[in-house]
Amino acid sequence: MVRKLTMTSAFLRRTLHSPILNLDAIRRQFPLLNQQIEGHPLVYLDSAATAQKPQAVLDRMEKFYTEENANVHRGMHVLAERATVAYEGAREVVRTFINAAHPEEIIFTKSCTESINLVAKSWGRNNLHKDDVVLLSILEHHSNIVPWLQLKEEIGIKVKWVDIDDRGQFRLDHFIDIMDDGGVCLVAITAQSNVLGTRPPLKDIITKAHEHGAVVLVDAAQSISHGATDVRALDCDFLAFSGHKLYGPDGVGVLYGKRELLQAMPPFLGGGMMIKEVRSDAFTSADLPQKFEAGTPPISEAVGLGAAIEWLGQFSWKDIEAHEQALIAAAIIELRKVNGLQILGHPVGAQNFAPVHSGCIGFTIDGIHPHDLTDILGKKGICLRAGHHCTQPLHRALGITASTRLSVGIYNTLEEIRSVPAAITAAQSTLRSAFPLR
Amino acid sequence: MDLYAENILDHYRHPRNKLPLPAGEGRGLPVRSSEGAKAGEGVEEVTHEEVNLSCGDALTIGLSIKNDHVTGVGWEGSGCAISQAAMSLLSEELVGKSLKDIDAMKKETVYELLGVPVGPRRFKCALLCLHTLKNAVRKFRKEEVRGWSETVGG
Repeated sequence: MVRKLTMTSAFLRRTLHSPILNLDAIRRQFPLLNQQIEGHPLVYLDSAATAQKPQAVLDRMEKFYTEENANVHRGMHVLAERATVAYEGAREVVRTFINAAHPEEIIFTKSCTESINLVAKSWGRNNLHKDDVVLLSILEHHSNIVPWLQLKEEIGIKVKWVDIDDRGQFRLDHFIDIMDDGGVCLVAITAQSNVLGTRPPLKDIITKAHEHGAVVLVDAAQSISHGATDVRALDCDFLAFSGHKLYGPDGVGVLYGKRELLQAMPPFLGGGMMIKEVRSDAFTSADLPQKFEAGTPPISEAVGLGAAIEWLGQFSWKDIEAHEQALIAAAIIELRKVNGLQILGHPVGAQNFAPVHSGCIGFTIDGIHPHDLTDILGKKGICLRAGHHCTQPLHRALGITASTRLSVGIYNTLEEIRSVPAAITAAQSTLRSAFPLR
Repeated sequence: MDLYAENILDHYRHPRNKLPLPAGEGRGLPVRSSEGAKAGEGVEEVTHEEVNLSCGDALTIGLSIKNDHVTGVGWEGSGCAISQAAMSLLSEELVGKSLKDIDAMKKETVYELLGVPVGPRRFKCALLCLHTLKNAVRKFRKEEVRGWSETVGG
């Protein structure tokens, strides 16, 4: 261990001991973080499930409801105009944020899950046929699995899976083999595992997929708050994420799609807003993006998301990444001190701490169920997530039923990370069973 | 009071009536006959497994039943401390009970055995034992097993 620490000392000095962001100032902007749980300071390490919201987002949403609220795109009065300007302004903020070419390539949905379902139910039903292959990775979240399994039931597509190696890394060689076997029409891939924190090599994947004429959907739910997203540099065909993991409100998601693909797709949900004309026997669809925004959209939520992105824009991705990598590196160093703890994708003897994991790490502890661990830690104010994290195929592949996840956000501190091992050790002595669980 | 109270942890660390499954025998449980009621004439056995798919808790209950009364109980399982301790506590209550007594058991029965308030986060852990028991009895009666809402009331 000493040798390993020495080997990475330059990295540690650079990241652990120099303040990269002004954490005090950042934390003051998150009112929720300033509270105690049963006498313990709140340590929120569950941002991969949902991030907390800065005051700027709360203020913007309050302002919307107190000064601008009306339905969008359907009224001539002053409030309808204010609401529409705010809503479409948020679309432009999102466009810039992910570097999309056109605002109508940004579809507001209710969640990342709905965004992926939109692609499956609209593009998928219209373009996939029996025995066409949809290629996923074993890292995927259920939200990027089940919509494709539904199409498998519905029209008989095949779902194939790309493996990971023992570091939890996407196996590009396996991916290339499957692509070369032929038949792959869609590659639906996460940009960052919500359990292991590993990132598939998107650029290589997309280039290879396009060589074979396959369309690529990127599930950016986890990556979106941890690094820059550039849909034009990636050249992905679809990209989905949600607002609430990006320090914005829940209830709003985004689907990016290349304009020519979206234009050729039939509507997903039917209703108001998404039509040009309705007759008693037929309808014509509205133009993009309204074609895919049936019903009253999540207006205040979209406005809140825009505010979150603008708030985040005051920091550079370089600083955010350096800060969060320092947190993850510290978490790995600290957690490895705990007896019987295994970090997923980080086998014993592994020497490089970063940047294998981004945003989160998953781990198991011999003889302790993650639900017991996180229940006990929760009473000490330490919020970690336990379970299968909506990734049952991944957990099955890892040979475990559940794991514990520590995930970080811009507001977490090294002190918070360093408080975790002692709390886990205390929980261990509370729970330590006379025999190991199977 | 703490969910991880000492009596719960004691049952978790030293589970009562827990019998290891012989390797390769699947879920066919040997049932411990207590109170001298050896498996014999008129004794029937039933085993039943339930799992909490969301967290991986698993329990298998084996019952020996004679004249509609439980004469022996054994169980096997894995999972969190609450699920395993609740099973252990419940297993101590079963010998001598009639099947009608088991029918009358409610989730409050388990909560009283645990002796601590069980919040919404953990009720499925606490009640997996009762869910498994109720369905074991249904299986014994050749009835279809039921979902949570019918066995333990949600």
